[in-house]
Amino acid sequence: MKRYESWTRQPKVNHQTIVPLHWRDELPDLSQFDKLVLPFGLGRSYGDSCLNEHGILLDVTGLNQFIAFDEETGILRCEGGVSIEEILKMIVPRGWFVPVTAGTKYVSVGGAIANDVHGKNHHTAGTFGCHIPQFELWRSDRGRVICSPTENKELYEATIGGLGLTGVILWADIQLKRIPTPFIDMECIKFRTIDEFFDLSEDSHERYHYTVSWVDCLAQEPQLGRGLFTRGNFYDPPLGAKKEPRALPMIPMPIDLPSYAVNPLTVKLFNELYYNKQLRKKIGGVIHYNPFFYPLDAINDWYKVYGKAGFLQYQFVIPYKETREPIKEIFRRIAKSGQGSPLVVFKTFGDIKSPGMLSFPRPGVTLALDFAFRGEKTLKLLDELDRIVFENGGALYPAKDARMSGASFRASYPRWEEFADYMDPKFSSSFWRRVTSS
Amino acid sequence: MLKILVIGATSLIAQETIRHFAADGAEFFLVGLSADKLKMIQDDLLVRGAKQVSTYELDLTRLDKHQELVDTAMETLGVIDAVLVAHGTLTDQKAAEQNVDITLRELNINFLSAVSLLTILANIFEEQKRGVIAVISSVAGDRGRGSNYVYGTAMGAKSIFLQGLRNRLAKSNVTVLTVKPGFVDTPMTAHLKKNPLYSDPRRVGKAIYDAMKSERDILYVPFFWMFIMMIIRNIPERIFKKLSL
Ligand SMILES: Cc1cc2nc3c(=O)[nH]c(=O)nc-3n(C[C@H](O)[C@H](O)[C@H](O)COP(=O)(O)OP(=O)(O)OC[C@H]3O[C@@H](n4cnc5c(N)ncnc54)[C@H](O)[C@@H]3O)c2cc1C
Ligand SMILES: NC(=O)c1ccc[n+]([C@@H]2O[C@H](COP(=O)([O-])OP(=O)(O)OC[C@H]3O[C@@H](n4cnc5c(N)ncnc54)[C@H](OP(=O)(O)O)[C@@H]3O)[C@@H](O)[C@H]2O)c1
Repeated sequence: MKRYESWTRQPKVNHQTIVPLHWRDELPDLSQFDKLVLPFGLGRSYGDSCLNEHGILLDVTGLNQFIAFDEETGILRCEGGVSIEEILKMIVPRGWFVPVTAGTKYVSVGGAIANDVHGKNHHTAGTFGCHIPQFELWRSDRGRVICSPTENKELYEATIGGLGLTGVILWADIQLKRIPTPFIDMECIKFRTIDEFFDLSEDSHERYHYTVSWVDCLAQEPQLGRGLFTRGNFYDPPLGAKKEPRALPMIPMPIDLPSYAVNPLTVKLFNELYYNKQLRKKIGGVIHYNPFFYPLDAINDWYKVYGKAGFLQYQFVIPYKETREPIKEIFRRIAKSGQGSPLVVFKTFGDIKSPGMLSFPRPGVTLALDFAFRGEKTLKLLDELDRIVFENGGALYPAKDARMSGASFRASYPRWEEFADYMDPKFSSSFWRRVTSS
Repeated sequence: MLKILVIGATSLIAQETIRHFAADGAEFFLVGLSADKLKMIQDDLLVRGAKQVSTYELDLTRLDKHQELVDTAMETLGVIDAVLVAHGTLTDQKAAEQNVDITLRELNINFLSAVSLLTILANIFEEQKRGVIAVISSVAGDRGRGSNYVYGTAMGAKSIFLQGLRNRLAKSNVTVLTVKPGFVDTPMTAHLKKNPLYSDPRRVGKAIYDAMKSERDILYVPFFWMFIMMIIRNIPERIFKKLSL
């Protein structure tokens, strides 16, 4: 039985009913419902943006048909409930890949648009929404509406990163990218300080489509922000070389941690080992796209690692071009608190602008990490981090938030009022009520 | 490549099954009630890799049209390597108890239409001496229960018909697969409250695909239903009749 909850299983909320959608030409009459509705995809959001307490969820994963694939142009048209996993299964053997992908392939196309997801190639490709030439939206007040940069432009921009609040994305066109092989030619480089990280980022952006780093969040000065920098491109074998290289089974993320690893002492030990696992400054090789993009998909029920109290995921972006002090201060606070799991993703965003009105990515550096929930102590630390993020022009990612204040949301997403004009009057979410009421 | 006749192709379980065959490059002849839905499935299968997909609109309770349907399928495909029969409706038991027309209509959709089709198809398969006939029945046919015995009767009768057919066609090297799903989360059960016994149609479709490829006789899906039904079948009638099931 499918669970209708967020990825952290927090907050726990009840829904009045779940309404499954199966055929795009056979949609329920929304006026028959007395409650507000929200689309629900694969539930890979962490906070309350995919929840609608006391309301109705429209399960859109039944809309999972492909519609057309033009192998000349690489434009794939499919329904909003199709998962990235299904798409990859079909397109990779034909030499194509999704333009942008999150850290899990169990994300639906509708979910990827609604959160305007970003991946390791943000600096070269922007967000998922930058590669959607058009889609069809189904609304309670206007029926089925085609949206593109030229047709219903405002609704198009509101829906990308629109948190499922502008209607149901019935289908979308996705501009795929060509790949020479399903392998990544990658390097993993150790950096001893956060400044070294920024140097590596600068150095890599022109030449590497994909970059991402792991950081030891418990290391203090002088090793503040030490970690491992991963960069790569799709492997293009030199002429005459085998198309199927011998792939490394190496995994560039610390996923092999056992469940006892998330108390402060063991995290420290684990990070120490993980950082030092790589002895040389730089290693490299060819790796299949699965462990490169989706190391976490190898673990089921991730939340179990954290035990009964559960966990929070925290992700922010903060500008760094003028001063790196705020991001350093954040690392200092985390290290001092002794909190934070080994699961950390650190990356610079580029300046490719998304069409989305409420899109999260913006030029700066982004950090995503898990916190085992330890009550007040955890909340207090996050409040401190929030303050630094917001005072320095940063923002939190709604897909991973269940606690930012309404004022902070509204200040960091200044187009929220303009956006509200394009919302479907029948749609709402727990997240939206929270950030617009307090 | 395989050539497959899919009867009741708009069924979600059928779609989840034939998508796998599409990825293998199969050729399809799809039969269903709604031309619009068949067109959507046709597009989906073609993107997934199907070599060719033809569609045929028919209300399968029109038994008089079955011969024409099979003839057209044969003409289009040339040969039928496999057939999947998946159409059906979940009977409103309470309504059926009050109205004999409803009861007979349900038996017609869920049982007689399959008998009519399979009678015609069996002779083709018997002659060609190979192929797979897969039919979706249900665990509901394993024992009659007060809450759904009209549907259960159709399913039970279908399972027995298939048993006999299997016995007959085994001599001709033809596989007859009876699929018995438990509760599956599809449009047919959309109005029912879900419990943890419900399974994902994707999982069911994959299991049917595998069973058709490996020429199985009977498939309980998910597998644990075999044990549940073994227990249910073995409860003495004296006790069973007093249970509210
Ligand atoms: C392990 C892991 C790694 C992740 N890595 C990244 C990452 O690297 N980058 C990143 O950006 N995100 C990442 N995420 C977050 C994830 O990509 C997003 O939360 C994504 O939106 C989830 O999609 P979903 O299909 O599960 O949608 P859900 O979580 O079910 O819903 C998300 C939102 O989409 C809306 N929605 C869903 N379908 C539709 C539709 N058809 N029409 C309209 N609205 C719809 C919902 O209403 C909701 O607001 C990660 C999540 C996990 C669990
Ligand atoms: N879901 C379960 O829990 C479950 C459990 C055990 C067995 N089964 C069996 O599995 C099979 C498939 O069901 P499903 O779960 O996939 O549900 P489904 O998606 O609702 O499929 C049933 C299909 O049968 C079609 N159909 C009904 N009457 C028809 C007619 N007279 N002519 C042509 N087509 C007709 C319907 O077409 P329209 O959509 O156009 O009406 C529908 O697409 C059925 O035989 C069912 O009895 C289901």
